[in-house]
Amino acid sequence: MTDWRSEKTARDARIAAGRAHAQGKVVRAEAVVDLLEAVLKPGDRVCLEGDNQKQADCLARGLAACDPAKIHDLHMVQSGIVLPEHLDVFETGIAKQLDYSYSGPQGSRIAKMLYGGQIELGAVHTYLELFARYFVDLTPNVALIAGVSADREGNLYTGPNTEDTPTVVEATAFKNGVVIAQVNEIVDKVPRVDIPGDRIDFVIEADKPFYVEPLFTRDPAAMTETQILIAMMAIKGIYAEYGVRRLNHGIGFGTAAIELLLPTYAEKLGLKGKIATHWALNPHPTLIPAIESGWVKQVHCFGSEVGMDRYIRERSDVFFTGADGSLRSNRAFCQTAGLYACDMFIGATLQIDLAGHSSTVTQNRVAGFGGAPNMGSDPHGRRHPSETWMKAGHEAEVVGDPALMRGRKLVVQLVETFGDKLVPTFVEKLDALELAKKTGLELAPVMIYGDDVTHIVTEEGIANLLLCRNADEREQAIRGVAGYTEVGRGRDRAMVQRLRERGVIRRPEDLGIEPLDADRSLLAAKSIKDLVHWSGGLYEPPARFRNW
Amino acid sequence: MRIVTDPGSQSWYEASARQRVAGLVDEGSFAEFLGPAERAMSPHLPLFDLPRAFDDGIVVGRAQLDGRPVLVASQEGRFMGGAFGEIHGAKLVGLLRAAIETKPAAVLILFDTGGVRLQEANAGETAIAETMRAIADARAAGIPVIGLIGGRAGCYGGGGLIAGTCSRLAVSESGRISVSGPEVIETNKGAEEFDSRDRALVWRTMGGKHRRLTGGADAYCADTVAAFREAAIRLIGAAPAFDLAMLEAEQSRLEARVKRFGDCRDATEIWARLGVNDPDAVPAMTDAAFAETVANVTEASHDAR
Amino acid sequence: METLHFRHSTKKPAAGSKPMAVIGVVASGNLEILLERVLPPDACEVAIETPIGGFGDVWEAVVADFVARAQPGGLRISINDGGARPDTVSLRLAQGARLMEA
Repeated sequence: MTDWRSEKTARDARIAAGRAHAQGKVVRAEAVVDLLEAVLKPGDRVCLEGDNQKQADCLARGLAACDPAKIHDLHMVQSGIVLPEHLDVFETGIAKQLDYSYSGPQGSRIAKMLYGGQIELGAVHTYLELFARYFVDLTPNVALIAGVSADREGNLYTGPNTEDTPTVVEATAFKNGVVIAQVNEIVDKVPRVDIPGDRIDFVIEADKPFYVEPLFTRDPAAMTETQILIAMMAIKGIYAEYGVRRLNHGIGFGTAAIELLLPTYAEKLGLKGKIATHWALNPHPTLIPAIESGWVKQVHCFGSEVGMDRYIRERSDVFFTGADGSLRSNRAFCQTAGLYACDMFIGATLQIDLAGHSSTVTQNRVAGFGGAPNMGSDPHGRRHPSETWMKAGHEAEVVGDPALMRGRKLVVQLVETFGDKLVPTFVEKLDALELAKKTGLELAPVMIYGDDVTHIVTEEGIANLLLCRNADEREQAIRGVAGYTEVGRGRDRAMVQRLRERGVIRRPEDLGIEPLDADRSLLAAKSIKDLVHWSGGLYEPPARFRNW
Repeated sequence: MRIVTDPGSQSWYEASARQRVAGLVDEGSFAEFLGPAERAMSPHLPLFDLPRAFDDGIVVGRAQLDGRPVLVASQEGRFMGGAFGEIHGAKLVGLLRAAIETKPAAVLILFDTGGVRLQEANAGETAIAETMRAIADARAAGIPVIGLIGGRAGCYGGGGLIAGTCSRLAVSESGRISVSGPEVIETNKGAEEFDSRDRALVWRTMGGKHRRLTGGADAYCADTVAAFREAAIRLIGAAPAFDLAMLEAEQSRLEARVKRFGDCRDATEIWARLGVNDPDAVPAMTDAAFAETVANVTEASHDAR
Repeated sequence: METLHFRHSTKKPAAGSKPMAVIGVVASGNLEILLERVLPPDACEVAIETPIGGFGDVWEAVVADFVARAQPGGLRISINDGGARPDTVSLRLAQGARLMEA
């Protein structure tokens, strides 16, 4: 007779084994390794919560300290490869397979381990895609998650960095998995219940508070005139042109510069209320001046940002907050918002090829993409109309019955023609292709595909790819804004001139932008301290960003 | 379209040496000596394969301030950290010596320097000594020398020594004044003694607010060119005499300061002894709130640096 | 240090009558440009001192584009480079030309 409840039985056995190291659900920090060795089985699929910001670091250290003779060949399914321990487990054999989304700080080590064959890579996913697979074929057997506090029943308060937790727990707890949470403290009553206790099997009071990285803090003091010039072009040539109200920004300096030009440059252009009102965005400190000047109606967040908690609490008209007053973020929902409810994604990349394909993967770094490939794509299916979306659709080549025309999401790449150390952004061939070949990847790690990109903005100008009518035009439009890179210098000057006459390429002077205005005095805040002043003292920047 | 911002509201910290001078003095009154077109550049830097600047990182000249003649020197903190090289130093010394002959209402030195330029250290050190001597001579001749400090390089090394010889100093929050810089102290005394990466520690030990509270600077201004202009005008009118009595009074006050604060382990302890109610709140205070705090601290109105 | 010289003839004299302007600062990734109205109105000379060798062709392209765009006839342009990227050079040159119009 078929046992239709074998998973449930196995889960009960795991929990029973774990209870030997717990008092009720509560486990002491010193007992983490014992608990994990009791609950985990070789070959398990494990989500070790590594978000963009919040890290289950106590559990990561515990997992890395497990005996590889007992626990081995795990299949790690987690969005972020951030901590050294996330990769240590592959060196010791505790883990074997990996499916992930983003690996910022570990980008070079992961590349080495991929080349060395220490990691069996499933795929580099987008966030939404990995979350989706949690519910289809990558459901974790065990989830190791992080929160700020929990009560003894396991009711969990994630704090402002809710991020991936609800999604991870949903997939694990409701499909016979075990959920182990580390918290900074165990309390009698949590400030708010982000995850109900019946979804949490074990709670560990961590030896120290979980690690959070200030990933989205861009110091205005480091912003260059080139970035300001690019930001001015984007505002005038795209935001104003298409009336972009609902949008997502990447995390680079270019988009941070745009945020700081809203209350100054964009205000002088009379754009207040007409652009950039509704956002899917992390709480970027550089958005504070725009919020304080009344530009921003509302912001939904993927996660939080270090130092922004008090500010968010006091600006609940703008942010999503819980009954306790603190931010409620949610990566899955915010990614969905960015994909379907925003009319524009604008962000940076490391490499763009002649067809407009882009990637942040270089030969030495596999940084992963996080949310950019979802938000930086036109979802193609049916969507509600908006003026911005329809206008972009009109510009694209119409094939078939115009009455059946649909809109386009604006996907804008904002790059300087040269990156650090004079490395060109524009290339004939993406490094991602070389990496795919060397490591035997079936699918090259392209971040945003060329056919999704609508505009490329550089200091030389804006290339509107929607208006290109064939591959040749597209290539020359890209070369025409690629500056003095080899790609840029290889342009067909006559064709670029014709594209400019058609408005496919627009230069700063075509947009009426004065080069002398590309000056730091145009920034609403020139330093982190200015941001603190804008916030009325509510923004509390991390020590490393202070200079007062 | 040209987006014009009010030059007075321009950030001093952000502005270049030339922009500071242009906004500080009466509009259009500045006449430069040895301007960039004369190409008085460092003879030493090419030997090190380092780029030169047309003005060797310092702008000097004459101007009117509030209708009165002044001589002005302005260091460019972004060129080699505003450091003193041979030409750079000679331009400042020459300007101060010219003051004795031309008798302006004041000499203004817009400090923005890390000290002496390593590549031409002998010439730079000599320039520091000559500058201090020239300041003493100018002050003895009755010409106030006013230092304005709020640039990105701060006022360190020999610059800190020179600042100590000025008649009056104005500083903004960003301005830092010291002889040894944070990294130098850490290298010599260890990170336990002074962690140069602890930005808040650096600022509360060397920054404008601390210098103003202890009387090391005589005016504290907002980080705008307009605020420095106003401070400069005010300080020229309040410059102390330069005689034996003043120097002796200064010496005894410095001795008293060591006695009173010598055992403090942190600037906040000094502020508490000065009578600041909530010392920990000082770094985050707005300029207006800080001005109120300063008004209640008697130590702030002294000549000692 | 590498020294580069470029001479161009222009169709027009540079706009404005300002005799001299200086813009930018010699700092890492930045540069200083001195513009002087001292040449015949159909000539433009650009002299560059840079600590980074081997980019002569890029400088040549940047300068040629600037001359074609701004028509800076009569200007002698001298550059002290601190290792600026070509885009920064272009921007500074454009800003310098605008200053000379005053």
